[in-house]
Amino acid sequence: MIALLTRDLRLAVRAGGGFGLGLAFFLIVVVLVPFGVGPQTELLSRIAPGILWVAALLAALLSLDRILALDYEDGSLALLATSPLPLEATGLVKAVAHWLTTGLPLTMAAPVLGFLLHLKPEGYLPLLGSLALGTPALSMIGTFGAALTVGVRRGGLLLSLLVLPLYVPTLIFGAEVVRRGAEGLATTTPLIMLAGITLGCFALLPFASAAALRVNLK
Amino acid sequence: MMLRVNNLACERGGVPVLEGVTFDIAAGDALILRGANGIGKTTLLRTLAGLQPALSGTIDFPPEEAAYASHADGVKSTLSVTENLRFWADIYARPLPDDIFDRFDLTDLRDRAAATLSAGQKRRLGLARLGVIGRKVLFLDEPTVSLDRFSVKLFADFLRDVHLSQGGVAVIATHIDLGIDAPELDLGPYRATPEARGGSDEAFL
Repeated sequence: MIALLTRDLRLAVRAGGGFGLGLAFFLIVVVLVPFGVGPQTELLSRIAPGILWVAALLAALLSLDRILALDYEDGSLALLATSPLPLEATGLVKAVAHWLTTGLPLTMAAPVLGFLLHLKPEGYLPLLGSLALGTPALSMIGTFGAALTVGVRRGGLLLSLLVLPLYVPTLIFGAEVVRRGAEGLATTTPLIMLAGITLGCFALLPFASAAALRVNLK
Repeated sequence: MMLRVNNLACERGGVPVLEGVTFDIAAGDALILRGANGIGKTTLLRTLAGLQPALSGTIDFPPEEAAYASHADGVKSTLSVTENLRFWADIYARPLPDDIFDRFDLTDLRDRAAATLSAGQKRRLGLARLGVIGRKVLFLDEPTVSLDRFSVKLFADFLRDVHLSQGGVAVIATHIDLGIDAPELDLGPYRATPEARGGSDEAFL
């Protein structure tokens, strides 16, 4: 499992690996929003939690189809399926690698971008916490979606349509954490819900991904 | 007996392609699959390797001993030759043997990114994986595509001197003469009849 993880991380940071694609997208969206909305600090700071979360979600979505498609095309996925590594572990490792190359950088960059959106000072910690807790779920759900669509040519559209509804609960609770935090309210309830979603995803979806992969590799 | 296949039937895309495939291979032997394009060589190998379920019949070999090599090499182009091989060694929890580079004529290419290799060199790298993972039962689908005569001989030497001589078995689908002493199985007679599924399943459609 460690070998697969290091390989995937290495592939991601080398040329053409797509590392930074999500981050750049996140940056662009958040930088452009103030231009679109206009210089109303009051309005910006009110929509900041939602914008940050939607942008992070779309940025994570952007690189989902690469999670398994590349391995499928060059045959490594079939070789991995016949290797001692169970497909469940493959799915889990792929999700973790995706999170380390997308979700983690997004989480790290979010506070800086929150500043651009005039996020209230009380909102920074909840923003960091909710993204750190929520983005792993995005990666895991995305890996499941990628496993479902792995054999499909140009499956990106289908993948987005499948995955977006599954992303909604994470988005709702994630943005809610930040909104409440920024207004100085208690954030425990949405944080617990967010953690529950993430843990549930990691408990169930590796198995679902493996089952989907088995069908698609036939 | 290392590999025993009994009355195997397999399908591709929901259509039965082969039925009644039966053969035994003893340790140290290979079997060459022959047959026209589309007869089902790849389907049979994928079924044997466990990538798709058999329609009926049994496949017996020691568990955790099979490996599959397809048309595609699974070579990552941005990793170097050594990194590619080390990855598979780690996945199979095996050491990376030093002589593998010599055996597949990759010594000078060790640190080259796989993207810069020629098709034949990439193929050699893909085949070198088989020497790294140390599995006893190999299912090889057209292993010699894009190899020149010298590389084919390298690969045949590996199969004969390393793999088979240590008690491994191999099922190989190929159109050329590999130069190893092995029986051939023509799949033509095993072509499935349309009723191989045991009647129509129209009732479920």
